Amino acid sequence: MKVLVAVKRVIDYNVKVRVKPDNTGVDLANVKMAMNPFCEIAVEEAVRLKEKGVASEIVVVSIGPKASQEQIRTALALGADRGIHVETDEEVQSLEAAKLLKAVVEKEEPKLVILGKQSIDSDNNQTGQMLAALTGMGQGTFASEVVVEGDKVNVTREVDGGLMTVALNLPAVVTTDLRLNEPRYASLPNIMKAKKKPLDNMSPADLGVDIAPRLSTLKVEAPASRQAGVKVADVAELVDKLKNEAKVI
Amino acid sequence: MSILVIAEHDNSSLKQATLNVVAAAKAIGGDIDVLVAGENCGAVAEAAAKAEGVNKVLVADNAAYGHFLGENLGELVAEVGKGYSHILAAAGTVGKDFMPRVAALLDVAQVSDIMRVESEDTFVRPIYAGNAIATVKSSDSIKVVTVRPTAFDPVAAEGGSAAVEQLDVVKDAGLSQFVSEELAKSDRPDLASAGIVVSGGRGMQNGDNFKMLEQVADLMGAAVGASRAAVDAGFVPNDMQVGQTGKIVAPQLYIAVGISGAIQHLAGMSDSKVIVAINKDEEAPIFQVADYGLVADLFEAVPQLEEELKKVM
Repeated sequence: MKVLVAVKRVIDYNVKVRVKPDNTGVDLANVKMAMNPFCEIAVEEAVRLKEKGVASEIVVVSIGPKASQEQIRTALALGADRGIHVETDEEVQSLEAAKLLKAVVEKEEPKLVILGKQSIDSDNNQTGQMLAALTGMGQGTFASEVVVEGDKVNVTREVDGGLMTVALNLPAVVTTDLRLNEPRYASLPNIMKAKKKPLDNMSPADLGVDIAPRLSTLKVEAPASRQAGVKVADVAELVDKLKNEAKVI
Repeated sequence: MSILVIAEHDNSSLKQATLNVVAAAKAIGGDIDVLVAGENCGAVAEAAAKAEGVNKVLVADNAAYGHFLGENLGELVAEVGKGYSHILAAAGTVGKDFMPRVAALLDVAQVSDIMRVESEDTFVRPIYAGNAIATVKSSDSIKVVTVRPTAFDPVAAEGGSAAVEQLDVVKDAGLSQFVSEELAKSDRPDLASAGIVVSGGRGMQNGDNFKMLEQVADLMGAAVGASRAAVDAGFVPNDMQVGQTGKIVAPQLYIAVGISGAIQHLAGMSDSKVIVAINKDEEAPIFQVADYGLVADLFEAVPQLEEELKKVM
């Protein structure tokens, strides 16, 4: 079966985020960018499904500026077979991303679509569920285990307080949580091979989707900064402060 | 304006997060109705009717909603909610699952995880794991919003007397079935909603040493977390990870033990009200965000902490 994986180019998770002085957003100039960590887990899961003989082809799609091709190439080096780049320099919000992915799903007709549960830039946690609703598919969100059985997929989900397993009819959408797997690193030979794998380029207009945003960001500020507090001499002083000064115990 | 709040519950009791979301609805202003969707959830509806500020409670009681499957709840809420100006739910794993479906079915954007209401269409929410705070304005006719419960003080659970109305809307999308559930049997509170969190880092040296933290946590009714370094070292499972790619917590008290304070960890806990750091490295970055810092060997300090807490708790 064919698996579609969506990946997003975001700021590297180790980079300290800085808000622009004019409060219009976060400074991304000369900042290291990488594949969103949850998307790496999505790629890894697809590759494992292929290694098990469950998936026959892995198509990786990314929406974003030209540089997003780096993340598509990374996914190809990790084991995806071909890439689709929906190229735009405009901001693409979750609903519009879901509409673009729906158009890709209609062309590719995958049995399974795997996405990260959220991207670590906008932290919306929406696109997978919106795609599932727009395409009339079931969804296994925050997955920690994915087992394909015949025309169903069993997804174990990380929910508040524990785990919940659901059975979904295929085709279905799965969004990944941290425990699903540990992504591998791409080997040098595979990075070289990935450069020769096919990568299609298209625009939102080619897919017939209006990507005008519905939400406008009025301002972006740094969080109220914490000040370093006091050093306490010993545990007794610490407990005393917590009880009598901070009043939190 | 009219606001529909989707209750969070387990079919037998109303979760407090619902009261936090009603508080967010009050901040927007307008009539507040609460939708209780579940199976045999009459007691939940009664509890919701008593909450302060609730105008009406709508009950959708059907097996299709018993396990809060996102496909079925999405269709139900999109149907019931289309006459409202706002649809609100807690940003827990249930709300995060079905609310984007509601938004997509209504062809509107969703505003996720709000921490403040500026006006009826403008909300404040964290991005980049709380390293930046965005003020966003929605131009859609219906605002679909998930609410970070810890950011709003709950309304009173008692005192209201809303009318309870049964809905006869059954939406079974037929796309998914519940198979099983494995809820943590621990008496410790859930990490994401705990009032106190005790976390360990690489300094704990191994998984067994986390027992020391568990003993301290149990004295205070706290949850136990860990840094990514401790998870990557295999000391504890992934689901305990606090940080940008793990759980984001904002408890009243966060105690970081043997945690250096990498950016990715700070992003997950710096909204905590009071932060305590115990680390033997005086230069550790965690001390820059800690309200109370103790430079000490954790293997001496943690047992002492347990003894001192026994005296005062």
